[in-house]
This record gives sequence, C-alpha cells and structure tokens, in this order.
Amino acid sequence: MLQNAWIIPALPLLAFVLIVFFTHRHRALSAGLSIGAIVAGFIFSVTILFKVLGDPGPHEFYFKWLDFGTWDLQMGLLIDPLTAIMLLVVTIVSSCVQIYSVGYMQGDKLFSRYFAYISLFSFSMLGLVLANNFAEIFIFWELVGLTSYLLIGFWFEKKSAADAGKKAFITTRAGDLGFIVGILIIFFACGTLNFQEVFAKIETGAFAGGLVTAAAIFVFAGAVGKSAQFPLHVWLPDAMEGPTPVSALIHAATMVAAGVYLVARTMTIFAASETAGLVVAIIGITTSFMAASIALVQNDIKRVLAYSTVSQLGYMIMALGLGALTAGTFHLLTHAFFKALLFLAAGSVIHAVHTNDIQEMGGLGNKMRITATTMFIASFSIAGIFPLSGFWSKDEIVAATVGHPIFLVLTLAVAFMTAFYMFRLCFLTFTGTPRDRKKFDHAQESPKSMTVPLIILAFLSVFAGWVGIPWLEHGYSSFVYHHHPHHAEPSILLMIISLSIGLSGIGLAYLIYYKKSISADAIAERFKPLYTLLYNKYYFDEIYDAIIVQPCYAICDFWFWFDQRIVDGAVNGSATLTIWWSIAKRWFDDHIVDGAVNGLGYTVRGAGGILRFAQTGRLQNYALVIFAGVILIWFLR
Amino acid sequence: MAEATISLNHYLMLSGILFTIGVFGVLTRRNAIAILMSVELMFNAVNITLVAFSDFVTPAALTGQIIALFTIVVAAAEAAVALAVVLLIYRSFKGINVDRINFMKW
Repeated sequence: MLQNAWIIPALPLLAFVLIVFFTHRHRALSAGLSIGAIVAGFIFSVTILFKVLGDPGPHEFYFKWLDFGTWDLQMGLLIDPLTAIMLLVVTIVSSCVQIYSVGYMQGDKLFSRYFAYISLFSFSMLGLVLANNFAEIFIFWELVGLTSYLLIGFWFEKKSAADAGKKAFITTRAGDLGFIVGILIIFFACGTLNFQEVFAKIETGAFAGGLVTAAAIFVFAGAVGKSAQFPLHVWLPDAMEGPTPVSALIHAATMVAAGVYLVARTMTIFAASETAGLVVAIIGITTSFMAASIALVQNDIKRVLAYSTVSQLGYMIMALGLGALTAGTFHLLTHAFFKALLFLAAGSVIHAVHTNDIQEMGGLGNKMRITATTMFIASFSIAGIFPLSGFWSKDEIVAATVGHPIFLVLTLAVAFMTAFYMFRLCFLTFTGTPRDRKKFDHAQESPKSMTVPLIILAFLSVFAGWVGIPWLEHGYSSFVYHHHPHHAEPSILLMIISLSIGLSGIGLAYLIYYKKSISADAIAERFKPLYTLLYNKYYFDEIYDAIIVQPCYAICDFWFWFDQRIVDGAVNGSATLTIWWSIAKRWFDDHIVDGAVNGLGYTVRGAGGILRFAQTGRLQNYALVIFAGVILIWFLR
Repeated sequence: MAEATISLNHYLMLSGILFTIGVFGVLTRRNAIAILMSVELMFNAVNITLVAFSDFVTPAALTGQIIALFTIVVAAAEAAVALAVVLLIYRSFKGINVDRINFMKW
C-alpha cells in the first residue's frame, strides 16, 4: 500500500504526457485529465494519511537508481507524518486551484498548455515531498523551479512576465548553488545521500562540528532561494506576473513552502548545529519583518499578498530555526489553505475588474458576496483571530519564540502588521464607495468553477487548524515532531496577547480605511521618508541592480569591448596582414611569373613572325629549296 | 675505236638528261598537269638507271628490273592520287595554275 505511493506523483506526470502529446487540441479533455489525476492523488493521499496515523514509520522504499560500486544513488519514497501532511496539502490546494483555473483561464488560447504545466508542477512537487535522499530531492527541486519559471512567464508575450520568469529562475539558482554545495559536503562527510543514513551519522556523532554547520547553512541557502527569504526574496513579488491561480498554487501555498519543507525534512542537521539554527532563525525573522512592512503600503493586490507570503514563510523558517518543527510545519499547513484562498479570491476580483490596483477598486463586497466573504475569512485566519486555523498555528510560532525576547517582540510586531495590511486590502477592495465607476459597473461574481474552490478553501481556512488545538490529546503536535513530541503547556496569556495584537491591527485598519477617521494620506505625509522607503520595497531591486546587475553588465561590457577590440582586432589584423601579403604575392605573380611566361610566348611569336616569311605558299619555291638542299647535301657530303 | 656499242655511260647520260629535263619542268612549269608529267619523267629516269645498273653490274640477278616494276606501279598509284587532287583544285579555282594556289602561306 505505502510502497505504491509513487502513483501519486506518477498520475500528474501521466496527465502531463497525455496532454502534451495527445489531447492538447481538446481543451475540456486536457483540463479533465489534469484535474482527474490530482483528485485521484488527493484520495490516495488521504488513505496514506490514515495509514501513517496508524503507524508513523518512517517507512522507506527505494531501489538503486545508479550503482557506483562502493556507493549508489537511490530513487525512493520516504513516508512519515510530515510527508503525509505535505502530500495532503499539495493535492488539496492543487485540486482546488485546478478546478478554479477552468473558470479563470477560460478563453486563454494556451488553455491546454496551462494544465500540462500545472500537472508537471504537481508531479514535481509531490516527487519532492516523497524523496528519500538529497539527490532525488534536488532533482525534483529543480523541476519545480523549472515549472515555476514556465508558469510565471506563461503570458510570455508580455515583457514584464518573461522578465519575471527569468528573474525568479536566476535568483533561485543563486540559492540552489548553495544547496548543491551543501549536498556535496554531506556526501563527502557521510558517503551517502540517504536522509535516514545521514541523520543516523549525525545522531552517532560521526558527522559533527563545523562541517555540519557548513552543510546546514549551504542547504539552507537552497531554501532561502526557493522560499524567497532575505536576501533572495526579490523574485517572489515579481512572480505575480503569472496567472493568479499559479500564484496561489506555486508562489503562495506549495512550491515556496518547499524551502520550509526542506529545512523541516533535514531538521536533524539544523538541530545538530546551534549556529546554523540561529542563522536560520535570524534570516527568517528578518525576512518576515521586512516583507510585512513592505506589504503595508503596496497598492497591487497580488503584491500585497506576495509580500505577505514572504513574511509568513519567514515565520515558518524562524520557527524551524528555533527548533520548533511542529510550529513551523503546522503554520505551513494552515498557511497553504488561507493563502491559496487569498490568492484565488484576489484572482476572482481581478477577473471581475481587470485591474490589480486596489486604489481603483472599492465597494465590490456587494457585487461579489462569495469572494468577499471567503476573503474576509482568510484574512481573519491569517491575522490570527480565534478560532480560525491561523490563530492556532500563529500561536504555536509565538510560543516557540518564548525565551528569545527579540524574536518574540518582532514576531508580535509582524502579527500586528499582518492584521493591518490584510484588512487594509480587504477594506479598500470590498467596502466603501467605488473609486472607478466603470470598472465597478462591469464587475460581477465569478462563475461556479471559481467560487466552489473558494468555499472549500474557506472551510479549510477555518477548520484545518483545529487539528493543532493544544488541548487535543492526539493533535498535530503528537504527530509531526522532531525526536520527541513537543507538549508545551498551552499559555492562555500568550494567546490573549497575540489575539489582542491581531485585533488591534484590524481595528487600526478599520479606523483608517473603513471609518476614515484617520487619513491614510496624512500618515503617509507625516512619515514620508519611511513611507517612500517601504513603498520602494527598501530599494532592494535598485540595490541589487546597482551591486550585482550593473557590475555584471560592466563586466560584460568590458569583455564585449575586449572581444570586439582585442580578439576581433587580432583576427582582423591577421586578416589584413594576409591581404597585404596576398597583394604582394599577386604583384609578383602578375609581373615576375607571368612576365617570364609571357616573355617566352612573345619570343616564340616574334621568332615565328620573322620565320613565317619563308612560307611563300608557292609550290615551286618549295621544290626549288628541296633541289637546292639535295645539291647542298651533295657538296657537304 | 671500239665498235659502237651502247655502254652503261650512255644509259646513265640518257637518264641524267631525262632527270634534268624533269627537274627543270617541275621548277618552271605553272601548269599542274605539266608538273605531274615532269615528275613522271624523273621517275622514268631513275627506272632507266636501275635497269641499266642491274643489267651491267649483276646480269644474273633481276633485282633492278623488279624494283623498276615496283616503281612503275607506285608511280601509277601516285598519278591517280595526284590527278584526283588536280581535279579538285580545278573545281575550286577554275584553273590549274599552281601560282594561284598560294593561300598556304603566312
């Protein structure tokens, strides 16, 4: 049963192959294949979850893929509670997003290709989740990177989309370079890439010290790239150029969580090195705080959500860095649902008004009841309002920071900002008076295929977190854990603090954007330098442009100059020399060689010219010469 | 004075006179037919010489006579070819004056 889990990723791969080779002309069939494959995968994942609930394992199945004698590369499955949870998250979100896409992508001329890509992505992501060794996870890691690139640049006729795809791919490559270095360190230290065997070496102390720290930090570099952590977070907001369902699936719920999953999967390595854990935690909270502050002032609905994603991923990373595997992965689970919902609801809004700018929206709540309701539910969830799922997972993370005062304060600050920017977004979009009449009049609720996934995800955004209610005897924390179940005594005080912070964030947004009793413009004017800094996203793009892109261009320009002047100069110079030499040789040929040949010819012709006078043409002259000759011979005898 | 017999010298002189007349004819006549006739004279002068030498030097063997007969045959063939050439010249030039056949010069 469990050893057949490979079918889960295989089905979307099959759908991808069938769509690409056979059904791409048939839109409905292509979409049906893709959705059918992922829904079947979802059902299978549920059965796997129940199996794993009965026997947590870890269960490992593998075969030798490449045998190198003393060592081998494996392909295999590693199924433990973390895998089971991730399988479920990926298949649920992917199913919802694909059903939603039928409505959202309707009318797009590359409809079938879109579903082919989504299926390829599902295959890669599920393969990544199931991998049992570093080499295999790296292969799927790169495959999700590829599909992410393909889907960000899906509308590749638009230059900004094509550029965003490139940016995402190149930026994550920078992290992946670190990842592969980390894998190599692990391989040379342990002689194996199998997760379980590597962890065993760490547990026994065979793999320890600075080498583990280096390996952990390099592996984490891969996670930094994929999960858009500081300083490689710049690609994720640009990735919003892709179709909105793609943003929901890949750039909010699943692929960006791959980095978090990687850290969680290799938790043993991070737990073995205090330094590495601290680095991870610091990067996490830095990212979280920075992204949340940027999200406060953005006007593009998808960019706000993108920065929110970066910020929430920072949360998870920080929790993992602090050793709280349960908290980090629990937040990953709940976040996947409410963030996918937020994106899909935003997609529904964009579908209706054909703009991304929340300043041009307003008052849409009455026209789009389902969208507005589900979006508010998701926002309450992400803001951490009792008793929605976000409350429970955020509480776990806050609990993990107890004992680290700086982290605790920053975490609460991020929680406040999160509540504020989410409700700023909701109020500006759904309440008040329409700021763009024409767009407002045109807007209407999205079709069923789009609203049904919203409702499913809204349901999950409310209830998914309940598996982790701390008073539960056999809740999430007794299922997914590192070493031993973490049973922190639930702190009512902490819950009240985090809830009140969430509520005050919502309250402030309510005062500014609903009641308008405080002018947003006045605040922006008051804190102009800060506002400008945030509005321009801390100038990260500009800084990277100045310190990386421009120097690259400068180096390229230099080598271009070198190529043009020196290399081409040498080539052209030798060509010029050859031409001169040829001219000299031609002169020699024309004048000396041809002169000799022609001179001989002229000489012969001249001699002939003189001798021809002997040819009189008179028969009797010749006869006379003959007789004269005979007589001459007589005398010369 | 010995009785008047016809000696070898007489034959040779006759032959020489005939040959000289032939050469003179070849060199001076303008008519192609006349030139051919002069050539025939030269042939026959040589034939007389051959027969005379054969008769006087080796009377037993008839080698000279045989060669003379060959010469006559060959001369007949030559005359046939030459007359055909002359005929063609006549058709082309409406005449057989060899001075006019001077286009094979520079």
